[in-house]
Amino acid sequence: MSEGIGAAVKRKEDKRFITGAGRYTDDIRLENQAYAAFVRSPHAHAKVTGIDKSAAEAMEGVLAVLDGKQLTGDGIGNIICGWAITSKDGSPMNMGAWSALATDKVRYVGDAVVAVIAETKAQALAAAEAVDVSYEELPVAANIGAALADGAPQIHDNAPGNVIYDWEIGELQATDDAIAGAAHVTEMDITNNRLSPNAMEPRSAITKYDAAEDHYTLYTTSQNPHVARLVLSAFYQVAPEHKLRVIAPDVGGGFGSKIYIYPEEIVCLWAALKTKRSIKWTADRTEAFLTDAHGRDHVTNAKMGFDADGNIVGFKVSTKANFGAYMSLFSSAVPTYLYATLLSGTYNIPNIYAEVLAVYSNTVPVDAYRGAGRPEASYVVERMMETAAREMGKDPAELRRQNFVREFPHQTPVIMNYDSGDFEGNLNQAMEAADWAGFEGRKAQSAANGKLRGIGMACYIEACGIAPSAAVGSLGAGVGLWESAEVRVNPVGTIEILTGSHSHGQGHETTFAQVVADRFGVPLDSIQIVHGDTDKVQFGMGTYGSRSGPVGMSAIVKALDKVEAKVKKIGAHLLEEPEENIVIEEGTVKATGTNKALGWHEIGLAAYTAHNLPPDMEPGLKEGAFYDPLNFTFPMGCFICEVEVDPETGKTEILKFVASDDFGVIINPMIVEGQVHGGIAQGVGQALLEEVVYDADGQQLSASYMDYTMPRADDVPSYDVLHHNTKCTTNPLGMKGCGEAGAIGSPPAVINAITNAIGNNDISMPATPAKVWAAINSAKMAAE
Amino acid sequence: MHNTNYHKASSASEAASLLSGADDGALLAGGQTLIPTMKQRLAAPSDLVDISGASDMRGITVSGNSVTIGAMTTHAEVAASKELAAVCPGITSLAGGIGDPAVRHRGTLGGSVANNDPAADYPAAMLALGATIKTDKREIAADDFFTGMFSTALDEGEIITSVSFTAPASCAYAKFPNPASRYAMCGVFVAKGDSGVRVAVTGAGDDGVFRQSDMEAALASNFSAGALDGVSVSADGMLSDIHGDAAYRANLVKVMAKRAVAAAS
Repeated sequence: MSEGIGAAVKRKEDKRFITGAGRYTDDIRLENQAYAAFVRSPHAHAKVTGIDKSAAEAMEGVLAVLDGKQLTGDGIGNIICGWAITSKDGSPMNMGAWSALATDKVRYVGDAVVAVIAETKAQALAAAEAVDVSYEELPVAANIGAALADGAPQIHDNAPGNVIYDWEIGELQATDDAIAGAAHVTEMDITNNRLSPNAMEPRSAITKYDAAEDHYTLYTTSQNPHVARLVLSAFYQVAPEHKLRVIAPDVGGGFGSKIYIYPEEIVCLWAALKTKRSIKWTADRTEAFLTDAHGRDHVTNAKMGFDADGNIVGFKVSTKANFGAYMSLFSSAVPTYLYATLLSGTYNIPNIYAEVLAVYSNTVPVDAYRGAGRPEASYVVERMMETAAREMGKDPAELRRQNFVREFPHQTPVIMNYDSGDFEGNLNQAMEAADWAGFEGRKAQSAANGKLRGIGMACYIEACGIAPSAAVGSLGAGVGLWESAEVRVNPVGTIEILTGSHSHGQGHETTFAQVVADRFGVPLDSIQIVHGDTDKVQFGMGTYGSRSGPVGMSAIVKALDKVEAKVKKIGAHLLEEPEENIVIEEGTVKATGTNKALGWHEIGLAAYTAHNLPPDMEPGLKEGAFYDPLNFTFPMGCFICEVEVDPETGKTEILKFVASDDFGVIINPMIVEGQVHGGIAQGVGQALLEEVVYDADGQQLSASYMDYTMPRADDVPSYDVLHHNTKCTTNPLGMKGCGEAGAIGSPPAVINAITNAIGNNDISMPATPAKVWAAINSAKMAAE
Repeated sequence: MHNTNYHKASSASEAASLLSGADDGALLAGGQTLIPTMKQRLAAPSDLVDISGASDMRGITVSGNSVTIGAMTTHAEVAASKELAAVCPGITSLAGGIGDPAVRHRGTLGGSVANNDPAADYPAAMLALGATIKTDKREIAADDFFTGMFSTALDEGEIITSVSFTAPASCAYAKFPNPASRYAMCGVFVAKGDSGVRVAVTGAGDDGVFRQSDMEAALASNFSAGALDGVSVSADGMLSDIHGDAAYRANLVKVMAKRAVAAAS
């Protein structure tokens, strides 16, 4: 089957994208449309002592100048975090109030204070500049250290010492005992750098209020329009759920940053009611740097104990996580259940204990960003394994091999239960492709050219397909994490799939259709994927955590099962053959052992004419399903990176990058390869290039592409993408997910290669030329 | 972007008169710095005088070793000039390494020199080549022209029309680009001419382009990369930012200077 599961079909959606015919939120123009511009705080921490709107209100084209007191006065609720985490002592997390427009205080540079609505964008921007906000500046805590220091400024009154929660997982005493009795202990302080998501399409919203119907519409750049509608109605009281339609049309990349509901969408909906105008707002790139939720930003101390044979006996991790100024929608889950639960890596570790201190600071809120917690875990585990191997004089590949989990299912000490995998198979495949054995020869060649060559690996594992609803509910999640699908077979046999997943670059219109084509043997072109509109699609949970394959497609499979059952009943009735003899092959409904057959379209027609259906059968051919996953899925893999460092400048060049992944069953290998490429580019970006930098006053020093280093084509190598797949045992298609793996496994592989090259393990991400040069020199000085 | 009045000048003199008639006018050369700044609402000139169509300010003339380049000549035109490459390959390769193709086809030599961005490439070439900056009013030696970061000897309303220099016997430019902006984190232009060796450094100094006299002295007697081994570059006066501290930039000055000399030798 050339278009079915496993076929590298070209993406159906690319025609409109590459011809400039995509329809993004900012491309949409509504009648009677006005524009919003936001007055943002220039201070990282200050009291708002006064707002003089008079000059702005008098300007041409200005329709309204709206502030936080008006917003809260109209009953608009505070922005919430949807996952409750409980501290060690049993106390609930300390969530500070976040009003979409600041009322009494601003807590980061970029915090929205006033919204100006005007006839044109230029008028709105000009009037925003004319709003005079008076501030009384307060001391600033712009990083974890400053926020936890004695006498640190108090950012939220209800979070003493700026601590949101102090959480733990695993057995402390047993882990301490295991490490105390270890033959070798490796200890490291590891920082995971703060990143800006940088979706190509900036965030945007257009809102409409229909007074006649008392109905609202929001077009927005969302990864999960139903979740947006739920939160906007249930928590922010902007509009009742049945009176609010949320549409997320083509969305140009999300990486997590478009999961959340931001102040701007809330304000634009509220302003549509207040002004009776449609309101458009689109972030410029500076606003994106200043307000899109950032990712990562952990500081960790880790200790790993080994017995005399090199078996891991215990792993203890203490992490401080920077949350920024407010708790974003999923922020609390990221450094806890998406991070500490992956600290077993691909290894048998009998004792694990982790504690996580969640900290407020005067910076942009931090939330999930491609990988969300798993890159941080993978970075800690894989740098520890590499360092431990070097300290113990063991081959890093062999130390990993020795400690691999080999039997499944495998229960780790930190919740996760791995269902499947062949970790050694991926290791072997990657080492062979990387010519691991020939490295020393290549290193000598580089040395002859005055260059330092290094090789490093990472055997990551991650958790996708979030997540079993009851399990996450018991851990504090405010929502279930199932997915929904509806399959509509039309009277002419064409098929529409309505999915709660949302595509913002992933290629769902192609891969989801491939699953259907595979099932019924109908042409790919006869299948349409419908998503992203709460008025069209049944409730769904959206796309993040590599869940659209294992969860979203599983829901489609469940609905297809129901359709298939009905088609077979109709076929049996029309062909006058027993139902158990009916098969669906290549778009034909056949009775085995006979030459009787019906075309696919004839079944659709029969279902909708209803002239001759089995007794008691309802007309129509449309089935829906909700799929709640049984478990997380566990993509894993072995990445090997080979670098050459110029010791004179510290510049690192990646010469080879091999990725051997286990994604379970793959629907479209071309799209999967693209996901791996993009993921590794982001991981290489984190390892070598990207970092959000704040000064002590809380000003972002990296808030443009002049200073924030996005990976470019010449920064990344040509990747070798390989697969050694084992089928996932917990979902019907056997899929594990592939959207984040590249970003999860690559940072430790790159850094392990650099530290191998330069002979100094003390380097933090991003390993910029300046840092690598300094590390080479300090290693040289230490040697002299 | 704020509203602005757009004017297109066809000559340097027309540009000067349009500029003098404007309330708060600005010259628009290639616009590679000014337009992004205006889009960010950080600059709001009342009038823009576009001089990209000033034909008397464009083109490359090579006569023996004498070179004149019109101020509105784009980086791409300089990079592609075979005549220029024959006498001064250092400047054509420098131009070919500025920004990306879009920047090189809009950005101009005059715009770069007048802006004197501390990380721009051309100021290093002008200084090392001992160029003369010609304006609509006078001629200014490069040594007198670059007066500090984003600062030049140009008077208000004065327009650069061309630059000229004598092509040296050998020259080369070596640049270590800033990872993010790809501007020079450190760029060193080395020229060995009749009047001696000149070494100019851009990107690294905390007050813009400068000449490295210790290196010039070392290279005067022995024009080889090895001659620089004994020269120590102080971190004092070097730029320190999130991409690298002063010590790193001081190192880059030496490494890039050696690479430039090697390329020029």
